[in-house]
Amino acid sequence: MSAAPNAAPPPSSGGGLLARAPVWLLGLVPIALIALVLGTLALLGGPGLGERRGPPVEELAVERTVLRPGEIELTVRNAGPDPVDVAQVFVNDAYVDFDASSQRAGKLGALTLTLDYPWQEGSPYNVTLLTSAGGTIEHEIDVAVATPSAGPRFYGVMALLGTYVGVVPVVLGMLFLPFLRRVRQQWVRIFLAVTIGLLGFLALDGYLEALEFAGQGSGAFGGAELVILGAALAYFVLMAIDRLMRARSEREKATGASPLRLATMVAVGIGLHNLGEGLAIGSAYALGAVALGAFLVIGFALHNTTEGLAIVAPLASRPPGLGRLALLGLIAGAPAILGAFIGAAAFNPSVAALLLGVGVGAIIQVIQQIAPTIRDGSGRILHAHSIAGILAGVGILYLTGLLLAV
Amino acid sequence: MKRLNRRKLLFGGAGAAALAAPLLHGRIPHQELHDQFAAAASGSGEAHAAAGHAAAGGMTAHGGGAKGPTFKQGGRVDHRANGFHPNAMLRDFDMGKTRRLASGKVLREWTVVAEDKEIEVAPGVRYPAWTFNGQVPGPTLRCREGESLRVNFVNVSKLPHTMHFHGFHAAEHDGIPEVGPGVIKPGRSTTYEFEAEPFGLHLYHCHVGPLAEHIARGLYGTFIIDPKKGRPEADEMMMMMNGFNTNFDAEGNQLYAVNTVAFHYMHEPIQVKRDELVRIYLVNALEYDPINSFHVHANFFQYYPTGTSLEPNEFTDTVMLGQAQRGICELRFPFPGLYMFHAHKTEFAELGWMGFFEVK
Repeated sequence: MSAAPNAAPPPSSGGGLLARAPVWLLGLVPIALIALVLGTLALLGGPGLGERRGPPVEELAVERTVLRPGEIELTVRNAGPDPVDVAQVFVNDAYVDFDASSQRAGKLGALTLTLDYPWQEGSPYNVTLLTSAGGTIEHEIDVAVATPSAGPRFYGVMALLGTYVGVVPVVLGMLFLPFLRRVRQQWVRIFLAVTIGLLGFLALDGYLEALEFAGQGSGAFGGAELVILGAALAYFVLMAIDRLMRARSEREKATGASPLRLATMVAVGIGLHNLGEGLAIGSAYALGAVALGAFLVIGFALHNTTEGLAIVAPLASRPPGLGRLALLGLIAGAPAILGAFIGAAAFNPSVAALLLGVGVGAIIQVIQQIAPTIRDGSGRILHAHSIAGILAGVGILYLTGLLLAV
Repeated sequence: MKRLNRRKLLFGGAGAAALAAPLLHGRIPHQELHDQFAAAASGSGEAHAAAGHAAAGGMTAHGGGAKGPTFKQGGRVDHRANGFHPNAMLRDFDMGKTRRLASGKVLREWTVVAEDKEIEVAPGVRYPAWTFNGQVPGPTLRCREGESLRVNFVNVSKLPHTMHFHGFHAAEHDGIPEVGPGVIKPGRSTTYEFEAEPFGLHLYHCHVGPLAEHIARGLYGTFIIDPKKGRPEADEMMMMMNGFNTNFDAEGNQLYAVNTVAFHYMHEPIQVKRDELVRIYLVNALEYDPINSFHVHANFFQYYPTGTSLEPNEFTDTVMLGQAQRGICELRFPFPGLYMFHAHKTEFAELGWMGFFEVK
């Protein structure tokens, strides 16, 4: 059948039923039909296709491991297409008694297994779940360490940790503000370029870390795409906020973002990054994979101090009051505390991947915001001074990062 | 080789069951099997309450945490659905049917059917087994030295199989591919004939490739040739050490047991009488692991490797067996109570190969 030229009639000339039906109905009819067809297909099991070939696919991923004296608790998610029954469990080649929140994990469903096993601190364990079909799903516990229980003391430690690695270094970094006010404009541009280098490194760092978590997750909710999704989400949401704010202020349309708003955007971006970072540190703490000592705190202080510098760099020309500065410091640093809580108390690799992705997107958006402020006299962003600054920023974070083998 | 009646095979599994049922009848002591099921059923309710030790013939919970390995407490295998019970299987010796030939010799005859069957090898764990007579291990075929033996083998499985006996026989009755009747295709049958010798404890198994899998799937059984003069009166039992590679990766096994159901004799200890002679026909059919072992607590046994001598060669409490190695253990329990037996390859023990004798 060939399409007639000018087949589409002008909207007003149609005298048929479709033309007179309300618009919402026209939208609803296809939705209802789609639901009907899919529902029928699901009920009849895809007529004509027959049974799926091969045995059921059994995919389980352990999302969370909690160790209590004499007990190992696993949160397991079904990442495969078929329901899975966990029939028995053995730890290091010995069957164990266990309680299960439910025997069966449906598609995307989770279940909690509490194993009665006298594990020893510091030893590795290999937990094998034996399914009703005889399949095995193995889970390694690299080093058994009691999971901290979530009491007031625990939250106190996490708050302190978040403060040490988030708030304190950022605020310390902001102490560069008086210095920045006095140096020449060209030097401010260089420091802003350093900031871009720092942020670029943080984005890459966060991205790689996010991919690592994505690999650990169940895959039920996606792996690497979660990171990209989080990054895109943060980028576009921050972009939308920026555009909205810009539209309100006529003056900014001409001159670009005001220094305070730029600093706020930087603080928000770094805050979202620190949320993911706090989460990573908190979970490492809970897994016993990190020693909370002076070394870690000093390392992070050096590393994150540069984040404070990034916040105040746009403010060199017009510094705000102390209260505003403190608020900026909290916006950038405090999310580390929240992240540490989440990471230590309710860690989930998929959530960690998403949140670290959010941090990456936020930082990319911030870089885009800062970039115009480093233009030189001829309007170029990349000139000798800015390139030197960017490389310096990358170098500083690389070197301070060496101190943090978390 | 005979062509099987096609009609009987028409419905696959149903055909197999219909064919196997009359053949099995009269050879398995059904009453005993029934009693064991009844005991198992009545005891199951107490399983949760009983901590450690059990009442006579009942079931016991065991292990947990530092008290040792166990399956998830309260779970039980449905032996009735499996069609065999490990406690009944222990003392279930299939003597076949005999008649005296004109020569005065005894002719002993069995019919063994290879069929595919899903069995529950641990509480909640299904295993697609290949079986002789619907059970794993296959029936314990028992005869006397010097008799003429005839084994009618019927294959209703989806795959070709054979029966290969350990013992003296002519090449065409060796039950291997390419020689004599070779592999017995689905729906076909054959008859293996040979003399019962040498006396001792032997085994039979399928010999079709891939061999390890054909054995590991359950196609093995115990073959006992009693010496002409017999052995002293005793409480006799057959223990087939086996395992299940449930994920089919051919690297070790996920479950280890005696007579198929892991940890079973922990829940339902083997009942023996104090001071009575106990004779264990111990066979190792474990695949994918190079060795297996047997150890009994608080006791020692006289060991007759392969059962081919009437004199024991060792007085010990632990023996190690490679694949297809077997031996007879004779012991008496001087004290009442519960006594463990298990693989002293303790990894196997903790993966299911452990049990109790209960001495009264």
